[in-house]
Amino acid sequence: MCAELLPERITLDEWGYPLIDGSPLEGEQVEHAVRAAQACPTFALLIERDRGRARSR
Amino acid sequence: MSGSLSPTAEAPAPEATRQASTLPRLLSGVPEHGAMTLREHLAVHGPAPAPRAGGRRRGRDQAEDLIEEIARAGLLGRGGAGFPTATKMRAVASARGRAIVVANGAEGEPASLKDHTLLEMLPHLVLDGAALAAEAVGADEVIIGACEFAGASVDGVQIAIEEREAHAGSSRGAPRMRLVIVPGHYVAGQESALVNYLGGGPAKPTFTPPLPFEAGVKRRPTLVNNIETLAHIALIARHGASWFRQLGTPSQPGSALVTLSGPVVHPGVYEIEQGASLASLIEAGGGATARLRGALLGGYAGTWIGAEHLRGVALSNEHLAPHGATLGAGVVLLLSEHACPVAETARVARWLANQSTRQCGPCVHGLDALADTIAAVAAGAGGAKAAQRIERLASLTARRGACGHPDGAVNLLLSAQETFNAEFADHARHGACEACAREPELPLPHRPVSEDTLRRRGSRS
Repeated sequence: MCAELLPERITLDEWGYPLIDGSPLEGEQVEHAVRAAQACPTFALLIERDRGRARSR
Repeated sequence: MSGSLSPTAEAPAPEATRQASTLPRLLSGVPEHGAMTLREHLAVHGPAPAPRAGGRRRGRDQAEDLIEEIARAGLLGRGGAGFPTATKMRAVASARGRAIVVANGAEGEPASLKDHTLLEMLPHLVLDGAALAAEAVGADEVIIGACEFAGASVDGVQIAIEEREAHAGSSRGAPRMRLVIVPGHYVAGQESALVNYLGGGPAKPTFTPPLPFEAGVKRRPTLVNNIETLAHIALIARHGASWFRQLGTPSQPGSALVTLSGPVVHPGVYEIEQGASLASLIEAGGGATARLRGALLGGYAGTWIGAEHLRGVALSNEHLAPHGATLGAGVVLLLSEHACPVAETARVARWLANQSTRQCGPCVHGLDALADTIAAVAAGAGGAKAAQRIERLASLTARRGACGHPDGAVNLLLSAQETFNAEFADHARHGACEACAREPELPLPHRPVSEDTLRRRGSRS
């Protein structure tokens, strides 16, 4: 699910667990990232605010 | 099997240990068999300094002095990570709430026996250190965690606690001590898993933060120290930081316990000066009984050094860094030239995969796939791209778990593949070798991570 909502930053390994590119998110990606994080059934995605910018980790 | 101890460990006079810049320190006066009694312990080491002797206020200062003395001694934790002990103690001492001290004797590492041996034979040294640490961080309770598979160490601690309670005076103002038997699977001794278990949960690692120093057992600030670390604290409190530094290297002062196993005359637990040569350790163990194919340092999260590089190896981080190795919790495992390193690695890989507490997907699936792949290589069924597959799986598995188990396992497996590159390639091409069928050398206990083991068990107090 998360990989479909934010394919630019999240891919899946061969078992379906997310591999995340943790570099800072650009503009409108933040909104998609928030949706991806909210969609995670295990709350495994965390978006961190970094000097006014948000990034996924 | 209990460790055969340093050959120099025959009961020295108490005076000798007091001024000694020589070995043994921790293993001074170790009895032939059984535990050192409280009376024998006091005869060898003398009483521990009593911080509260001059009243509460002064006691507090002296307790803080102990943390500073440990900082000056440069004592690093002996559970494998080598974190500065004084830093940990300061964090617990300044955290809000009544602290707890946990003496971590889980020692799930199959090739390590030092903590079990200390608890079995020298429990009072450990309990002294735990009591002093408790005093220093303001804790009124000490929990000693001993492994369910180490019956003799469980008994050693239980008897020692009873002895101290019966010994008038020694228990006055001392923290309450209780023994808890902890599960014996590999990651049970991981700090957060142990804290989780002692708080009534399963012995599985938890995500951090919070770290134990801020919210550990019963959400109280918790100082988790390895058993050997506490034993060193007992001696630093008696003899001071400069005495401690008379042995070892500037960055790794003091002595250390090492479990030596494999093809040597007397495998067992030895006390060495930090930075001592590997050759001197093997010599202390009576010498090798076979030519060596390599040495595994740091246990099953550790790193192999091939036979061709063993000459001149010294057991300090500085010397081991070029090999990508550390001594970890003091494990030196020798492999004879008769053993097949590929078959041995395949067995250990399967065991490590089975030791996953099955919480994190990449650990569960990644270690399983690595074990399968290495087993296929050992059987000659790995295919031409097995080596790349192992590297890819390793990168998908490491640093993606709540604890360091997948990272440690991957470190070992990659190190085996690199060190025994020729043997891996040979098996990939031609299948099993003659040595594959030999009796395995690397020790693997049957310690399944069953739900039964993980579930909370009754504690003895």
